[in-house]
Amino acid sequence: MTEKHRFRNDMILIAVLLLVAFSSIVCYNCFRSTGNTVTVRVDGTDYGVYPLSVNATKDIYSGENGCNLNRLVIRDGKAYIETATCPDGICVAHKPIFRDGESIICLPNRVVVTISTADHTDTPDVIM
Amino acid sequence: MKNKSKEVAFAGISVALALILAYAETLLPPLFVAVPGIKMGLPNIVIIFLLYRRGPAFAGAVSFIRIFLVALLFGNAASLIYSICGGIFSFVAMLLLRKMNLFSTVGVSVAGGVMHNVGQILAAAVLLNTEQLGYYLAVLAVSGTVAGVFIGLCGTFLVKRVPEKV
Repeated sequence: MTEKHRFRNDMILIAVLLLVAFSSIVCYNCFRSTGNTVTVRVDGTDYGVYPLSVNATKDIYSGENGCNLNRLVIRDGKAYIETATCPDGICVAHKPIFRDGESIICLPNRVVVTISTADHTDTPDVIM
Repeated sequence: MKNKSKEVAFAGISVALALILAYAETLLPPLFVAVPGIKMGLPNIVIIFLLYRRGPAFAGAVSFIRIFLVALLFGNAASLIYSICGGIFSFVAMLLLRKMNLFSTVGVSVAGGVMHNVGQILAAAVLLNTEQLGYYLAVLAVSGTVAGVFIGLCGTFLVKRVPEKV
């Protein structure tokens, strides 16, 4: 195994990794439609479900005695975290989410906000 | 190196170096605020070097002592779990590729960087009980590859230039 062979193998490895990563990102974005429901989970348990179409501001309390706060804002069909007490503020910096499956995750407060598509009654029933 | 105390001292210096690199990394401004978790993995330079010069046992020991110390000094139980998972995945991947002898330091380091992200994402998926992290993993795989190339080049340089007797 010469230096040259190793270099070639390195390049193949890097190319394959980048290809897989980029193609999954592209696929993910292409095949994803806009969701209609915001689901909030704290520490793995359901906290609340809100429609994406109604503007709202929800305070999500987590941690012991509910001392941690993430303020979820739903506006113009998009959801984002406006303010939070978590030390890193990553959830606040996250861009607004609206596509099916997108999520904002706050690791310190263990809060997961996910967009999903739920079957609402606004689709007409079967007419016989 | 036969001298036991010299060996221990060298391990100590290596741990200290990896530790200070881990700390220095937290001082760097984040590259993309929107995508947390992107980092250089500077301590991996030390681990790569040791993996080539001192073998798996030495490198593994230094890596895991470093992880525990970082969690003790700057982290908490949760961050320790993430680091340990990332550390195990990363180290096993690097060890396998090193043994296969098909790749240079750069390839080994790239695999380590990407598998580190895989380990952490898996830990997060289990801890947070959510499967939504796949997309995030794809983004981190790109950053892990880029960081791995840089770390690998640093490693190549060190393995070539640092005298054998050190």
